[in-house]
Amino acid sequence: MQGNEACVEGALDAGVTFYAGYPITPSSEIAEDFAAKLPRVGGKFIQMEDEIASMAAVVGASLAGEKAVTATSGPGFSLKQEIIGFAGMIEAPCVVMNVQRAGPSTGLPTSPAQGDVMQARWGTHGDHPALVLCPSSVADAYLLSFQAVNWAERFRTPVILLLDETIGHLRERVILPRKDEMVIANRKQPQGSPESFQPYDILDEDLIPPLPPYGSGFRFHTTGLYHDETGFPSNRPEVTHRLLERLHQKIDKYKETLFLYETYGLRQANQLIISYGASARSAKAAWRIAREKGLLVGLLILKTIWPFPEEIVTQVGHDKNNIVVAEMNRGQLIGEVERVMDKRIPVRGAQRADGVLITPEQILAKLEGVN
Amino acid sequence: MPKKGNVYINENWCKGCEICATFCPKKILGLRGDGKMEVMDPENCIACNQCVLRCPDYAIKVEVIDNNE
Amino acid sequence: MELEKYFRIEKLPHIWCPGCGHGSVMMSIVKGIDKAGWDPTKVVVVSGIGCSSRAPGYMNFNTLHTVHGRPIAFATGIKLANPELKVIVITGDGDGAAIGGNHLIHACRRNIGINVVLFNNQIYGMTSGQYSPMTPQGSMATTSPYGNIEPPFDLCELTRSAGANFVARGTVYHLPKLDNYMEKAFAREGFSYVEAISQCPTYYGRRNKLRSPLEMLEWQKKNAVDIKKAQDMDPEELKGKIVTGIFAEKDEEEYTSKYDQLISSVQGGKK
Ligand SMILES: Cc1ncc(C[n+]2csc(CCOP(=O)(O)OP(=O)(O)O)c2C)c(N)n1
Ligand code: SF4
Repeated sequence: MQGNEACVEGALDAGVTFYAGYPITPSSEIAEDFAAKLPRVGGKFIQMEDEIASMAAVVGASLAGEKAVTATSGPGFSLKQEIIGFAGMIEAPCVVMNVQRAGPSTGLPTSPAQGDVMQARWGTHGDHPALVLCPSSVADAYLLSFQAVNWAERFRTPVILLLDETIGHLRERVILPRKDEMVIANRKQPQGSPESFQPYDILDEDLIPPLPPYGSGFRFHTTGLYHDETGFPSNRPEVTHRLLERLHQKIDKYKETLFLYETYGLRQANQLIISYGASARSAKAAWRIAREKGLLVGLLILKTIWPFPEEIVTQVGHDKNNIVVAEMNRGQLIGEVERVMDKRIPVRGAQRADGVLITPEQILAKLEGVN
Repeated sequence: MPKKGNVYINENWCKGCEICATFCPKKILGLRGDGKMEVMDPENCIACNQCVLRCPDYAIKVEVIDNNE
Repeated sequence: MELEKYFRIEKLPHIWCPGCGHGSVMMSIVKGIDKAGWDPTKVVVVSGIGCSSRAPGYMNFNTLHTVHGRPIAFATGIKLANPELKVIVITGDGDGAAIGGNHLIHACRRNIGINVVLFNNQIYGMTSGQYSPMTPQGSMATTSPYGNIEPPFDLCELTRSAGANFVARGTVYHLPKLDNYMEKAFAREGFSYVEAISQCPTYYGRRNKLRSPLEMLEWQKKNAVDIKKAQDMDPEELKGKIVTGIFAEKDEEEYTSKYDQLISSVQGGKK
């Protein structure tokens, strides 16, 4: 199975019934696969006139009650940003898949890169939270796609699945989990009557309001303006403050359960490699070679990159004397690692941003005692 | 008998744009000093509903007076 | 018609300026919905950003105030997701003709069952009076301080050629006709476009020697030409006029019904 196809399978198994997108390499297989498979399950596929329209259609479908997905690559991801922010503000569940290619601009359409790590975090304007997952294998693509849909529904938020060309086009044998082992999450529905319904009234501890679909009898107003619990605009500072804080807290509160990662050879390790996405494959090869050479190296592969798993990185990294962050950009996530390590431990970047997959040798070169 | 009507102006909604006054064929509506419309000549209302139709603020209601009473 | 049935009375009076035509157009839409006899819980009203796009907040349906220029794209997702819903888009001449122009064209081409109502006040009201793609040539705006040199867009011609099932243009002055276009638009399957010439006394009128809402309504009365009459006039005579009436009335198949057929045939083929 191919990585892009695994994304589609994961999403379908999570209950996705709607896709809107605009073709772009190296993500187009996702659209093509959805176009073939959605009608078979009674779902809807539409190729919109551009990526902005695709993002808008996805949010519209989400409000109409569907589990909705779009996929793109760098140039299209840039175009989607305004409406990703809108989805966050109105709390519309949706998933955006970005199969990264080398930028800036049209860049290298068929080459891998991880240059959109910061755009995935801060691409849309304003002080918003972000939930971003990075697969580093085809199996990951399936599982994280499933997870992204679940989390979008559960937290009522856009979730970004950040792949790269390597993973998107990678073919691997994967053994999919049994369907009955996968737990599907659905957005919360209101308990009371339509008459007493207030769309943003927070009744539950999880800080997440219910979202009834259009046509179900619950009539309410939704706006990207700051709004109070009735859904209508308000510019009162206390309302503004409360909404923005809640948008962050509803995710922060469950942060620990959101941190997905893998660790290898941490026991006795005095050096650590941190990586994610396609780079993590080279990082794993580098780690193996280092181990064979007798170096005490550990490996941390991050699947969740935003919110940044600060606690995990601290816990795994605090007792090391050299940390290498491997990524395919000029240094994006390394800034977070440095911030967390606060100059107590040297942090080095193994970086590559020329459209070629980073090599294990490049990563090894940053470890101490390799020669 | 010609139709007659009672005109009610919702002063909370009226913004005094004077559109109603212009369309009133009997010219019974006028702008008051405080910027709200007022019915100056209630007797002459013919319940044609032009003001209701024309008011962009939905601030006017006309009640047809039942002539049989 | 009871106001309470369709409006969120507690939200009124609306934010529009004294004499603004948007209130009249909003009422015309609501009357159209009433005539259509739609169940309010099945109606979704979607808007973009602008003075006109504030309308849904007052209307007691499922209402969605989105981002600038994209309401038709949101509406496309809603309609395709659940074709049972009646989806109305409220947009402005900036929202629908400038930033959102491409979405309008493609929605017409698909002939998806969305009813677009464009409040054409020929100016950007919300952002205080810049020229729009529908500002008449020669008009003054904050960004055309020497007079607008761009020709205005005729979106009725555009939507008709792009494939809309129903297209009409009316004015706030000729309200009963506008009501009639709404009724016809909502009764028809497929995509409909109704343009309502509205007045912005605050930012268009004042700068263009139309000193009151009344003068603006007079201007509409004077410049409106019925489409039948317009057919006998030459382009020179029609310059600066507003052609009103019904531009298209067709019965091409609607998009979501085609999609539903596609689903049945795909599912049927599998068995
Ligand atoms: C992406 C984006 N660009 C610009 C704006 C600023 N903006 C808000 S409303 C508007 C124009 C509105 O004009 P129109 O659609 O004609 O509506 P009106 O206010 O005249 O009813 C603009 C440019 C915005 N909100 N978003
Ligand atoms: S600025 Fe113009 S369009 Fe906006 S509310 Fe005022 S009159 Fe109406």
